[in-house]
Amino acid sequence: MAQVTTAPTTGAANRGALRGFFRELTRSKTGFAGFVIVALILGMSALAPIFVDSSNPTDVDAIWGPPRAGHWLGTDGSGKDTLKQIVLGGQTVVLVGFLAAAITTVIAVVIGSLAAYIRGRFDGFMLQLTDIVMTIPQIVLLAVLGAFFSLDSPIALALIIGCLTWPVLMRSIRAQALSLKEREFVEAAKLLDLGTTRVVFGEIVPNMASYILINFIIAVTNAIYALVGLYVLGLAPLAGANWGIMINSAWIGGAMFLPAAMPYILAPIAMIALLQLGLIMLTRSLEEILNPRLRDK
Amino acid sequence: MLEGNGVETETIVHEEPASAAARPEPLITLRGVSQSFKTRKGDLQAVDNVDLSVGPGEVLCLVGESGCGKTTTARMAAGLARPSAGLVEYQGRDIWSMSKREFTDYRKSVQYVHQDPYASLNPIRDIHRTLATPLKKHGVAKGRKDGWQQAAKLLEQVDLSPAESYLPKFPHQLSGGQRQRVAVARALSLNPKLIIADEATSMLDVSIRIGMLNMLGRLRDDLGVGFLFITHDLAIAKYFGWHGRIAVMYLGRVVEFGPTPQVINDPQHPYTKALLDAVPEPDPDLTRTKKAGGGLRSSEIPSLADLPSGCSFHPRCPLFEADTCDVLRPELETVATDREVSCHVVGGASPLHVPRARSGGGE
Amino acid sequence: MPTTDPPKTDGPILSVRDLHVAYRTGDGKTVEAVRGVDFDLYPNQSLALVGESGCGKTTLGLGLLRLLPKLGSVPKGSITYNGRKGESVDVLALRKQELRKWRWRDAAMVFQGAMNSFNPVLRIIDQMGDTIRAHPDGERKPSKKEIWERSAEMLRAVRLEPNRVLPSYPHELSGGMRQRVLIAMSLLLDPKLLILDEPTTALDILTQRAIVDVLHELRAERKFAMVFISHDLAIAAELADRVATMYAGRIIETGTARDIFYGPRHPYTVGLIKAVPPVVGDLPELASIPGTPPSLSNLPSGCAFAPRCGYVEERCTSVDPELDPITERAAGQTHAAACVRWQDVVYERKVVAHA
Repeated sequence: MAQVTTAPTTGAANRGALRGFFRELTRSKTGFAGFVIVALILGMSALAPIFVDSSNPTDVDAIWGPPRAGHWLGTDGSGKDTLKQIVLGGQTVVLVGFLAAAITTVIAVVIGSLAAYIRGRFDGFMLQLTDIVMTIPQIVLLAVLGAFFSLDSPIALALIIGCLTWPVLMRSIRAQALSLKEREFVEAAKLLDLGTTRVVFGEIVPNMASYILINFIIAVTNAIYALVGLYVLGLAPLAGANWGIMINSAWIGGAMFLPAAMPYILAPIAMIALLQLGLIMLTRSLEEILNPRLRDK
Repeated sequence: MLEGNGVETETIVHEEPASAAARPEPLITLRGVSQSFKTRKGDLQAVDNVDLSVGPGEVLCLVGESGCGKTTTARMAAGLARPSAGLVEYQGRDIWSMSKREFTDYRKSVQYVHQDPYASLNPIRDIHRTLATPLKKHGVAKGRKDGWQQAAKLLEQVDLSPAESYLPKFPHQLSGGQRQRVAVARALSLNPKLIIADEATSMLDVSIRIGMLNMLGRLRDDLGVGFLFITHDLAIAKYFGWHGRIAVMYLGRVVEFGPTPQVINDPQHPYTKALLDAVPEPDPDLTRTKKAGGGLRSSEIPSLADLPSGCSFHPRCPLFEADTCDVLRPELETVATDREVSCHVVGGASPLHVPRARSGGGE
Repeated sequence: MPTTDPPKTDGPILSVRDLHVAYRTGDGKTVEAVRGVDFDLYPNQSLALVGESGCGKTTLGLGLLRLLPKLGSVPKGSITYNGRKGESVDVLALRKQELRKWRWRDAAMVFQGAMNSFNPVLRIIDQMGDTIRAHPDGERKPSKKEIWERSAEMLRAVRLEPNRVLPSYPHELSGGMRQRVLIAMSLLLDPKLLILDEPTTALDILTQRAIVDVLHELRAERKFAMVFISHDLAIAAELADRVATMYAGRIIETGTARDIFYGPRHPYTVGLIKAVPPVVGDLPELASIPGTPPSLSNLPSGCAFAPRCGYVEERCTSVDPELDPITERAAGQTHAAACVRWQDVVYERKVVAHA
């Protein structure tokens, strides 16, 4: 009762929706904080290589130097500035994280929704495939791959992580698509003979958009952990400088036992934890914004 | 309508019904169609050996309580479900053994309007895209501008005007009646010959139901669209299908069939009578004379999983005769020209006749 | 079934005066869904609130029992309930604890959508038992046997088989059975006022008939006043002693069932009646009311129905008419319409012989 329907034009409706989205986002303090953290880290990772001079000369006076003026977070075992490494070292982590998550999500959505819609042998085959992929021990596979190929490009790393992590999301996308498929508007599209591609990607998938978005962000956090794990274990090549490599070299260099090296090992860990925290806080409020059942409460 | 004063009124133009002999070649024919569902408790016979047909511009109303199999029958006619026995024919050809091209032709010619206008439109699509997508996909409209104009024309056909103001809207911005009109417009987009309307007006306010029925009636008269019209309300069936025919279904079988005026004014089967007796009228003196419970012995419909023996209506039937109705299953038999009834008591035939054998796969 | 004439000597059981109900909307505005409603309901009388979706009838029903959602409020008006012992209750002033007691015991409501009113994981006997236990008679706790017997008695009153229904879960019952269980539950504590929201909508015709029959029987036996909300005038013709037509949050015509169905004086009521297809008699030419109900946040000036009305005149867009008595009768029997041209509104129902 008493529903008030207004009739804005499409553009206004979209703009209104966007404004409403930000209003909802700012309403939840946690969500907004998460949004700010993620935006800052992403901004820093994207812009730092452009604005910050990438040369990081060795300061022979300060091996494992403590924080001081000029080296706010101290220096590492070869006398290089820690802060500069932190600022410059996010790019790979963020890039691989988002790229791997995108690959996982795309594979999961395409296969999951098609399997649910087509069913039959295709569905059975894909379910078998997920079982197989899920049983592959990632670390062992990466160790093997690392021995044969040089995994120094972030894209290759993202591809590997992405191709190994899609099955779980694929199963839940498939379950969602199975229920959406029974909805009457999907049946109506079928009756109009719009074709499988159209029905699946035009009618079913857009209705899962919020679910996909949230799972994409969760996939980013998972991919970042996977990547950092690879670096820490030394399974990925240790060229260049990024947060994962920093943790690894601190570990190898015995920074654990060197109180002066504390900032060097804690700084990348803190950055990764902060990014993960920001992402998770963001999903929580995204869930509230996008899931009408939670919103109405 | 309210006296003159420029109010737009619109009513169904009632023409003389076509005589039975002059019936056109049917579009959709169901021959001995059955549908059973497997459940834990065994097979449920949702539809049992139904024969029906609808021709161009004809109206066939399928009436019955929920669970009587009318929606399942309609879904089989629409090719949304495959019968477990029997044939569904489109212009004389079995739809499930058609070539791909023929099936596409059938798909476009037979459209379906769902009951719930809140579920049948994609919530994230505006009306323009909902209507233009099929037009473009099938080459009816070329380009964005043409798609827009044709979509607008479709909306005008369903009395949503000015169409331009509805095209950019999303379903949640429309009322239930407006959404249902959009659903009809979408069904019209490919120039169908038959529309299957599954309780298309039952979720709408009474005040807008008639407008919807009048609009559908005009489509039938102007465009020659045939209708398989499913409803549980005989008053609606009477209003929309006066010049068509009614098939009353009960627990998966047709129990009475005939031209609408005859079925409404002179019902034969006790179930049809009960349905008619139960319809409330906007007339206190008249409606309060109606028999309690529609004259039935029970208001509960038996479960399909546990069908009564003999005539499945016998536990509720006011005319129940022991040793006949609970033993023998009556067949649908012709009792007069164009009229069929399935009842031992009113059917006219000897109650102890031998039922006509019917194979599940049609004759 | 004959119309039971309400006793004219007693005062009303429920008096509503100038009731307003407002909702806060998402963007911080308020919209009035009920805009000044007056009516009296007498003991054992049944009143039908009819109108299209969005006319405020459900909101009014919820407001009467103070069951409005969080965003709703009653900015203005009064609701007085006169109880069986002659006590007068100011419903809007009741505190939470008193309100809970008053509901169920004195006034109960059956909501639309029977399935949502049940807890799906509890059997019917548990749900009925909860209601009985929550409102004990004095200090003594009712025993299991008493609960079963009281529940069984109510179920028999709505023509259900207690031994089958009580141990069942809600999903094991048909829609019509669930609706009857709800009616039985609402009457467990013998309230004197029952509010039903669309009690027959979305049910099959024969099931509708069963509910109507049960309500007739229950009212004859138990003597309670009833307000029922429906968009279907035919159901009102079945069940109502009095009918109130609502439009855009106001009552625009009220009268006895015979007044409304045989001599409606508001063009909107006429439109609603004309929209119901009859199953008896000739095929009439029917038309629905043109246009759609106005948005409550943007009401037209003057009479809210004017933009859709066939009788519209210039003054209709400037004056919002009040209910004007057409036939003055004893208290609670008056026929009144809120239309400046009610004298010109004629509607004659073709008298049809029952087939």
